[in-house]
Amino acid sequence: MNDIDTKNSIIRLFNVSKRYKGKFALENISLDIEQGEFIFISGPSGAGKSTLLKVLYLAEKVSEGQILIDGMNLARISSARLPFLRRRFGMVFQDFKLIPTRTVFENVALVLEAAGEKPSFIRKKVMQVLRTTGMEKKAKYYPPTLSGGEQQRVAVARAVVGDPSIILADEPTGSLDTKSAQAILDFLMEYNKRGATVLVASHNLHLLESSVRGRNIEIKNGRIERTAKML
Amino acid sequence: MAHFVKKAFSDIRSNRFLNLITIITIALSILVVSIFLLFFENSSRIIESWNQGGRAMVYLVDNFTLDMLPELKTRMKALGDIDEMVYISKEEAFDKLKNEMSSQTTFLKNLKENPLPDALEIRMKSYNSFDEIQQFAEKIKALEMVDDVEYGQGWLGKFLNIFNLFKITGYAMCSMFFLIALFITSNTVRLAFYSRKLEVEIMRLVGASESFIKAPFYVAGLFQGFFGGLLGLLVLLATYLMISSGISQNLASYIYIDIRFLSVKMILLIIMASTFLGWFGCYLSLKQILK
Ligand SMILES: Nc1ncnc2c1ncn2[C@@H]1O[C@H](COP(=O)(O)OP(=O)(O)O)[C@@H](O)[C@H]1O
Ligand SMILES: [Mg+2]
Repeated sequence: MNDIDTKNSIIRLFNVSKRYKGKFALENISLDIEQGEFIFISGPSGAGKSTLLKVLYLAEKVSEGQILIDGMNLARISSARLPFLRRRFGMVFQDFKLIPTRTVFENVALVLEAAGEKPSFIRKKVMQVLRTTGMEKKAKYYPPTLSGGEQQRVAVARAVVGDPSIILADEPTGSLDTKSAQAILDFLMEYNKRGATVLVASHNLHLLESSVRGRNIEIKNGRIERTAKML
Repeated sequence: MAHFVKKAFSDIRSNRFLNLITIITIALSILVVSIFLLFFENSSRIIESWNQGGRAMVYLVDNFTLDMLPELKTRMKALGDIDEMVYISKEEAFDKLKNEMSSQTTFLKNLKENPLPDALEIRMKSYNSFDEIQQFAEKIKALEMVDDVEYGQGWLGKFLNIFNLFKITGYAMCSMFFLIALFITSNTVRLAFYSRKLEVEIMRLVGASESFIKAPFYVAGLFQGFFGGLLGLLVLLATYLMISSGISQNLASYIYIDIRFLSVKMILLIIMASTFLGWFGCYLSLKQILK
C-alpha cells in the first residue's frame, strides 16, 4: 500500500488527542486531508469541531499525537516561526473577529502589512479582494456600522487576501441569515475551486445540504463518527 | 516604519486621555528633575567662580630662603596639576597689608618684626570635588618647607558639604520621580494593551510577529517620553524667563545674580533621558504582559 506516497496530503493528523483538565475534547483522531479538498466538519455542539481547527493553527497544543501541515511537524514549530505557519491559513470565525476601530480596508490590509508587503501592493491587492467579496464600496467603513453578513464578507476577504493554501472557517454562517450564509459559502467554494483547501466546521446540517461537493467528517464526543463523500 | 508611526499616532488619538495623563506625568517629573539640574548647574558655576578654580595659599616655614624656591616648585608640581604659582615674600605681603589697612599703620609700625610668612599662591588646573583639593593640600602640607596650606577649609568646606547634601537629596528626588514616571508610563502601556486585547489576538491570528505587534506601543512610548520631556522643559523655560526678568528689573542693581538656563548639552540629555523613560516603561510592561 503506497497509498500515502501518491496522495498529495496537506494536513495529516496521527492519533491526535486533546484533553482539557483530563477530559477529552478530541480523542485519538487520525485524518488525511488532500490539497484542494473541501471538508465539512459537522457534529453537535461540544463535539470538538472548534478544538480540531484550533490544534491545526496552533491556538491549542495537542495532548498526544502528531500533526503535519504541508510536511511541517507542528510540535517542532518555535514561537518565532508560529507567525509563518499562521500565514498559510486564512481564518473565518462566527464572531468575525474584526478590529472595530479599524476600517474595512485596514482590517484586510493588516494581513499583508504583517507579512511585510509593500504599501502599493497592499492597496492594489486589498481593493481587488474587496471587489470579489462585494465590499469595495464599504472600504472606508468601520465594522460595527456594517451588517453581520457584510462583516463576514470582510472577514472572508481578510482570510483570502494573503493567498493562503488553507482556509479554516469555524461556524462562519452561525450568526447570519440564510441569504448571507449562502453567499459566504459560495465564496468559500469558489475559492476552493481555485485550489485552496477549505475546512468548514458547523453544527448546521442545512449548510451541508446546500453545498454541492466535498467530504463530510462528522465528529461526536471528540471522535470521528463518520466520514462521507458528498456529491 | 512609517506604518508603525501612523498606527501609533492613531492609537494615541483614540486613547487621548490616557496618553495626555502620561505625557503630563512625564512632564512633571522632568520639570522637578530639571529644576534641580538648573539649580545644580548654576550653583556649581557660582561656587567655581568663588573658588576661582581651586586657589590656595601655601605658607612656608620661617627659615625659608629664596634659593629653596626652585626645588619647592618642582616638588609641588610633581604632586599635582598646578596652573599658576606666584611667590609672595613676607615683605611683599607686609607692604600689601600696610596698604590695605592704612588706618592701622601705627599698629603695624609698632610691630618689631614682620609676623607674616613667605607664601606661594597657587591655582590648581582642574578639580572635580572638594575632596580632591583637600587631598592635594594635605600632600603639599607634608613637604618640609611648607608650614601650612590655606584653601578655604572653613566656609568653602561647609558650603560644599551643604551643597553635597543638597546634591544627594536632588539625586534621591530625581530617582523617585523617574520611578513614578516609569510606573505611570508602563501602566499606560498596560492599559492600552488590555484595551486592545482583541486587536492583539487578531493580529496574532493573521500571522503578525511579536515585534510587529509591539512596535506601535514602542513608538507611542518614545513619543510620550519625548513630548513629556519637551513639555517639562518648556514649562521650566517659561518659569525661568518670568523669574529672571523679574529679578533683573528689581534686584539687579542690588545684588549680582547670574542665573543661566540649562546648557544645550543638559537639555539634550534631559530629552534623551525622558525619551528613554518612555521606551523603558513600554519595555517593562510588555515584558511582563507577554511573559
Ligand atoms: N478552553 C477550554 N477549556 C476547557 N474545556 C474546553 C475548552 N475549549 C473547549 N472545551 C471543551 O471541549 C469540548 C469541545 O469543545 P469545542 O471544540 O468548542 O466544541 P464544538 O466547537 O464542536 O462545539 C467541549 O466539551 C468543551 O467544553
Ligand atoms: Mg465550536
